[in-house]
Amino acid sequence: MTFPPYVGVGGKIAHYSFIIFCGFVFIFLIAPILVIIPLSFNAEPYFTFTEGMISLEPEAYSTRWYADIAKNPQWAFSAANSIIVAICSTFLATLLGTLAALGLSQSHMPYKSAVMGVLISPMIVPLIISAAGMFFFYSNIGLAQTLPGLILAHAVLGTPFVVITVTATLTGFDHSLTRASQSLGADSRKTFFKIQMPLILPGVISGALFAFITSFDEVVIVFFLAGFEQRTIPRQMWAGIREQISPTILAVATILVVVSILLLTTVELLRRRSEKLRGISPS
Amino acid sequence: MTSILTADGTPLKDSLRKAERGRRAKAFLLVAPLLLFVLISFVLPIFEMLFRSVDNPVVANNLPLTIEKLQKWDGTNLPDQETFSLLAKELLIARENSKVGKIAARLNFESGGMRSMINKTVRKVRKYKGNDYKKALIQFDKRWGAVVTWKVIKRIGQRYTGVQYLAALDLKVNEDNTIGLQSEDRRIYVKIFLRTIWISFLVTVFCLVLAYPVSFLLATLPLRISNIFLIMVLLPFWTSLLVRTTSWIVLLQRNGVVNDILVALNIISEDGRIQMIYNQTGTLVAMTQILLPFMILPLYSVMKTISPSYMRAARSLGASPLTAFVRVYMPQTTPGIGAGCLLVFILSIGYYITPALVGGRSGQLISNFIAYHMKSSLNWGLAAALGTILLVAVLILYWLYNKIIGIDKMKLG
Repeated sequence: MTFPPYVGVGGKIAHYSFIIFCGFVFIFLIAPILVIIPLSFNAEPYFTFTEGMISLEPEAYSTRWYADIAKNPQWAFSAANSIIVAICSTFLATLLGTLAALGLSQSHMPYKSAVMGVLISPMIVPLIISAAGMFFFYSNIGLAQTLPGLILAHAVLGTPFVVITVTATLTGFDHSLTRASQSLGADSRKTFFKIQMPLILPGVISGALFAFITSFDEVVIVFFLAGFEQRTIPRQMWAGIREQISPTILAVATILVVVSILLLTTVELLRRRSEKLRGISPS
Repeated sequence: MTSILTADGTPLKDSLRKAERGRRAKAFLLVAPLLLFVLISFVLPIFEMLFRSVDNPVVANNLPLTIEKLQKWDGTNLPDQETFSLLAKELLIARENSKVGKIAARLNFESGGMRSMINKTVRKVRKYKGNDYKKALIQFDKRWGAVVTWKVIKRIGQRYTGVQYLAALDLKVNEDNTIGLQSEDRRIYVKIFLRTIWISFLVTVFCLVLAYPVSFLLATLPLRISNIFLIMVLLPFWTSLLVRTTSWIVLLQRNGVVNDILVALNIISEDGRIQMIYNQTGTLVAMTQILLPFMILPLYSVMKTISPSYMRAARSLGASPLTAFVRVYMPQTTPGIGAGCLLVFILSIGYYITPALVGGRSGQLISNFIAYHMKSSLNWGLAAALGTILLVAVLILYWLYNKIIGIDKMKLG
């Protein structure tokens, strides 16, 4: 690191301690996630690095906890529930959320801020209160302890994310494009599907991914609304952590970390593509 | 003055208004499905749940005549013979509808020991053949001879009541109908509310202290490098909450990685391992890490827009690096500080999962008590009252957030 000549010793010390501090914060952020990955390959049923692991002996590592997941039908069952609920609720949230965002971003929309407040409320209200409210509601209409009930509940939670991301994409939208399309003879439906849709699609997809991860990771609503038959992965993990935390949990956690890396990469790529499409220089 | 007409002869103003109305209706129609969905399946259920904090139907609906009679009672002497026999009869009816358990539970929330009293009384009344219910009831349980018991029933018999809010604030109605503090051992909720606020405050401060330098670094590094570091911020953001909570258990437990490292480095002895989880420390550490991205992202987005030339100008005018930073740079970051702090604080005070898993006894927050009353003690009225207080607090903070920053400026990822 080269410093300008006017920087004194104090300045250098300040700079290096700043860098070291930031380094610690990054470790604090990322280490808890990374540390479980090697531990999930521990051959022993401990949650700590054995001497064999530190000296990188191959016998100290094993995939037995992953085999454990495969053997236990409960995990496959919860995974299926999680995926079904997440996909269905994402679909519902994306459909309704995108339509609403299209309406909200028009300058003619009446009561815009009040409506926005209501639409965003599922993100604001503490989960425990949402869960309690939904518990009574879905019990009354007979949808508690059913998958459709869970799907509807998760869809509500996911919609604010779709509304926010799609609205954000639409704020940079150049309306002369739709006018150009219409003046060239396309009807409004054709304009929407050929001009508007491709441009807002990255926003829609990243909103959908947010909705997906919200549902996929959600446990409080599941806790209140789901019975044993509707157990999802987070619920199963919760039970595992509460009762007897076994290294199998770490193996599941590692798989989930991989899933989140994939989702993060997708969202990042989409964001860049959207900015390119809309002519914004990448930020 | 003649108004301007359009081609078909209608005044231009009317025609314009009509077109505007059409567009407005179209915009509203697009929003309507989601609006209805959110209102029906989210907003209304929450209001209905919150309504339970003042709604008090169990005793009023199941002992209607007794309660009606008690309304006219003066409250100084024992109620008359008729009230006693009405109560006995209505308890028997309630038993047939299997509602006794509910009545007993509701009274028990108010005054410990009433559950067994009611159950015992119902059992004995069934076998009782006589007519003097007053004497009989007092004989079954001498508490029926106390004015206090009847006062409790009268109070709980009110269809709508603020009594749950009193309970949520550690207050109660005294025998002489004044409002006073709960007995020492039952005073818990004010303490929990204060603890929730205190922990949220600490988490917010820790997040700010950790996030500020990091955001500064991210904002000043060249884009190519800062994007790599940004991924380190976003990855925790996208990782499952349960995964992160699990990792903290693994790291911090007595035989966990952090204790192992400390022992290996001879900082602590083998039996001096520190209990860092299942207590307040665990909640604090885990929540700080989980909410840190919510502080870094708004700070970073504000800092990115601050031009470095301001700092250079301050330096060239003779300010020391510290003065330039404190007087020129920091004031420009206040919107980011405000946004980050409010966001982290709002998320903290409603936190449930992490405290439940790593908080032990001393790290439980108000949400955990709401869950307890919803799922275990089944005291839904109290859960609703605690929930209402929490919700009002969150809504006020959001209102502030909206005033200062604007919800539409909220960015994700």
